[in-house]
Amino acid sequence: MTKYPFTEKKDTRSGFGAGMTELGRTNPNVVTLCADLVGSLKIDTFIKENPERFIQCGIAEANMIGVAAGLTIGGKIPFATTFANFGSSRVYDQIRQSVAYSDKNVKIAVSHAGLTLGEDGATHQILEDLAMMRSLPNMTVINPCDFNQTKAATIAAAEHEGPVYLRFGRPVVPVFTAPDQKFEIGKAWMVSEGKDVSIFATGHLVWEAIQACEILEAKGISAEIVNIHTIKPLDEKAILKSVRKTKCVVSCEEHQMNGGLGDAIAQTLAKNFLAPQEYVAVDNSFGESGTPAQLMEKYGLNAATIVEKALKVIARKG
Amino acid sequence: MQTKELQDIASQVRRDIVRMVHGCQSGHPGGSLGCTDVIVGLYFQQMKINNRKGKGGFLTFNMDATNEDLFFLSNGHISPVFYSVLAHRGYFDKAELATFRKINSRLQGHPTTHEHLPGIRIASGSLGQGLSVAIGAALAKRLNGEKTTVYCLMGDGEQQEGQVWEAAQAAPHHKLDNLVGIIDLNGQQIDGPTEKVMSNRDLKAKYKAFGWNVMEIKDGNDMEQVVAGLRKAKRLLGKGQPVMILLKTEMGAGVDFMMGSHKWHGVAPNDEQLAAALAQLPETLGDY
Repeated sequence: MTKYPFTEKKDTRSGFGAGMTELGRTNPNVVTLCADLVGSLKIDTFIKENPERFIQCGIAEANMIGVAAGLTIGGKIPFATTFANFGSSRVYDQIRQSVAYSDKNVKIAVSHAGLTLGEDGATHQILEDLAMMRSLPNMTVINPCDFNQTKAATIAAAEHEGPVYLRFGRPVVPVFTAPDQKFEIGKAWMVSEGKDVSIFATGHLVWEAIQACEILEAKGISAEIVNIHTIKPLDEKAILKSVRKTKCVVSCEEHQMNGGLGDAIAQTLAKNFLAPQEYVAVDNSFGESGTPAQLMEKYGLNAATIVEKALKVIARKG
Repeated sequence: MQTKELQDIASQVRRDIVRMVHGCQSGHPGGSLGCTDVIVGLYFQQMKINNRKGKGGFLTFNMDATNEDLFFLSNGHISPVFYSVLAHRGYFDKAELATFRKINSRLQGHPTTHEHLPGIRIASGSLGQGLSVAIGAALAKRLNGEKTTVYCLMGDGEQQEGQVWEAAQAAPHHKLDNLVGIIDLNGQQIDGPTEKVMSNRDLKAKYKAFGWNVMEIKDGNDMEQVVAGLRKAKRLLGKGQPVMILLKTEMGAGVDFMMGSHKWHGVAPNDEQLAAALAQLPETLGDY
């Protein structure tokens, strides 16, 4: 398998912040909005360097989404930022009508997605946002996996014309993708080639999949890891190419089993090429307080579970 | 434009409204008729919009509205009046009004950008969202160094939506003195009088407390008062505060049997009622 040594851990939200800093310097149309979470979103540098292009919206997310939509009428590229819960489920109708249906060039950039938000508990741990966002026509949905990929995805989101939901997280995780990479929306990244099982992973689960791949390799199993950073539009071609080779699938996401990446892949398989699939996802449950590592273990979102599901799905190939 | 000319346009727009709603037996005539005068006043008198004509002799439509005043209809269910005014202003052929709410039409039940109808810049219908969008557009105009004005019309029933008050606190906070909000005070909503359904209490005091410069137009169906009121609102801009106009109107204004009740909020006239309504509304510019 391809090895991914890493020397440091960083949070993906800081990757977003770094992307915004760069956009602040290179694209005068980029405007940032935030609902009272500037520190959490790591946009301090953008604000310091471009105070006139920052709009503090206070704890009023519905209004923030509408304001972002209005800013596009005037050529701005607004990034509306908050926690993922408050930038998706809390404001779904505002996103649906004023952004997606109106096809406005709004970037909804949200941090603290999923269980790894940790101690704040289930009220803040959104696990349904990918399902909500991928069901909206016109919406592009991105969930990058580390600091460098998040920075690149942020810059790509600004260059893309149309609504984007960009989701990232709170904890520090290994930085293992290339610095200053070019991020291609909708183009899956082949992390490591293999032949026995296709592991499709997004967000924080990509690193776990790499760990799982090493464990599987020691057991004599060759796993293919593909990073699906763009949930929508889904890179169906890359998925089918991999599954035609391996004949079985494990999907991995920090999200509910219902409606997320796994279901998007299952839909593709059902329409094109039937193959057994196992899900590494939260099984119809809310989260709870705890450290990120404790939660990922308790809810089965780690390398150990990926290994277990890989062995199970290989056995199902028949 | 002379008041008489504006009144003639309003009469034709009112004919269009009842004919459109009759044509598809669906839609919202009451609020549309009540807001006819203010929307005609905005588009034919007050607002500075690009008059350059393009293909087919229609106005060229630029989504970004650079150096143009902007209007957002937050209470999107009164789409008939909006569509009729846009057609008469020259954005598209008035013959298209006949397609209102019908299959494959650009004139959807509620306004949308999705069908690329010139003149529409945001979808509205799910209530309470327009003022937020208007704030964003006003911020963009300020960032772009423009001196233009952004208008946003809302319903009084719509004031019951929480998002309206998020927007109400944001506009004065950002000192948006290029923004004019207008509330259609017709006192009616689907389930009955607003006072009974969910009282707005004192909207003037509320908006003042939120930091708006609040003014009133006592009769929003009197074109002279409407035009004077819109001019006054414009004069109040540029002083660090957004302006809110409380526009007193009569739901169904112009058609006697549609006035004074919430009954005609979302009901279409039958053939006889259509004839009775049209008899009260002179055909001034030619029916579509």
